[in-house]
Amino acid sequence: MTENSGRRDAGWFVDVDSGDVDAASDSIVDGSADAPQDWPQLAVDAGFAQSPDEYYDRLHEATIHAARRQVQERERADDQQLKHAIQAMDDCEARANELAERVVEWAGTLFEDVETGIEGARAVADREPSSPPEERVVALAERVVDLDDEATNLRAFVEQSAPAVAPNLSALAGPVLAARLISLAGGLEDLAKLPSGTVQLLGAEDALFAHLRGQAPSPKHGVIYTHEYVHGTDREHRGSAARALAGKLTIAARIDHYSGERRPELDAELEDRIARIRSRGDQ
Amino acid sequence: MTLPDGVERREFDDEERLATRGQPVYGEPVVDGWRLWDARRSKLAAMFEREVETGLSGGDTVLYLGAASGTTVSHVADFAGPTYAVEFAPRPVRDLLDVADSRARLFPLLADARRPETYAHVVESGVDAIVQDVATRGQATVAVRNRQFLADDGRLIAAIKARSEDVTANPDAVFEDALDELRSAYEVLETTRLDPLHEDHLGVVARPR
Repeated sequence: MTENSGRRDAGWFVDVDSGDVDAASDSIVDGSADAPQDWPQLAVDAGFAQSPDEYYDRLHEATIHAARRQVQERERADDQQLKHAIQAMDDCEARANELAERVVEWAGTLFEDVETGIEGARAVADREPSSPPEERVVALAERVVDLDDEATNLRAFVEQSAPAVAPNLSALAGPVLAARLISLAGGLEDLAKLPSGTVQLLGAEDALFAHLRGQAPSPKHGVIYTHEYVHGTDREHRGSAARALAGKLTIAARIDHYSGERRPELDAELEDRIARIRSRGDQ
Repeated sequence: MTLPDGVERREFDDEERLATRGQPVYGEPVVDGWRLWDARRSKLAAMFEREVETGLSGGDTVLYLGAASGTTVSHVADFAGPTYAVEFAPRPVRDLLDVADSRARLFPLLADARRPETYAHVVESGVDAIVQDVATRGQATVAVRNRQFLADDGRLIAAIKARSEDVTANPDAVFEDALDELRSAYEVLETTRLDPLHEDHLGVVARPR
């Protein structure tokens, strides 16, 4: 923040040396005002520029510098935040399930009617402990509830931020799968540079290498299996559906990385393509 | 209706099309230095095609809300004066920067048009026109909040996109709601449907009340 951030009536050029582009760009990014004023004239009056023309030249330089810096910062940050969030979400879910099993097993020796899984652990967490071991198992169950709640919050964060990072990919894949693909590739730029055949198999590396060693059939899909267009298509056509989906997701990721504009027509194209693949069996 | 100075109908492949003069930016056809301004790619060009009286005369100071990657803004900056281009999404701003590099009076701002206080320390008061093409909900609210930048005799030239407000509602109902809200701060001078050039879009020209 600049020193004058508390003042809400100053133009961006106040307290900025005319030659200092970095300070000018900071002031443009961090500043604010309650209302606009005749800035070109005020800047000339304040001696920031000799003429409105010179003012506009400086403004041009400063706005371009500021916008370029913001774009770089935001772009670099956002897909990496998404990557961490989806990995943390998976970690929380996995640990919550693991600990829930422990809680349920333990609680079964102390209470009656303990149900399995996260829901079982939630029920244990609501109990009133009446002995030292009960205290421990209820406290452990509370940790499971916390982890499960955090997984839910992380999922909400992923669902909210994925469309901003990759609008087309999120629309086609759904925000969670979009985040997974970005995470597996290492980032949006990395994903945009992958061939569609690799995107189709992201998350199926073990199966792919087993196949390459000659020990298994070739995998038809990786993590995109979670998409309804793949798992909802009958086995016979699933490979084609996976290939078609991966193709469109690859295009979506490239548009998201290189242009960033939403293209709703992609959704319809994919829908048509899947409908055609699924109807092949009916003919 | 008169086209602003700097916007002309020029011949492209034996057809009279809108064009402006400036550095080409997105692979558009250029004849004798005039860049084709395709009404199918630009809502403002579509409004000129529909002979809407925008009040733009050439050399105007413009606040452009929803600049995206700068396709339309590049043409506006060709014929207008100082042009402030606000866009919220970082990736399109990358392309907008290329457009601004070759246009000395185009000022790109990565900011949210719903929050004018975040750029009111940069954008001057008394602009001649606000050109608005934002694809978020609450398009009328954006226009009302940015009214403070406009000169008393200035013009709001907005393209309202029905689907941005509600994909399921009847566009006419959406437009009526938007116009009702606009009327709290503006007098609406003219409205024109931009179909089929831009499906479910309403072109609006208004002046401050």
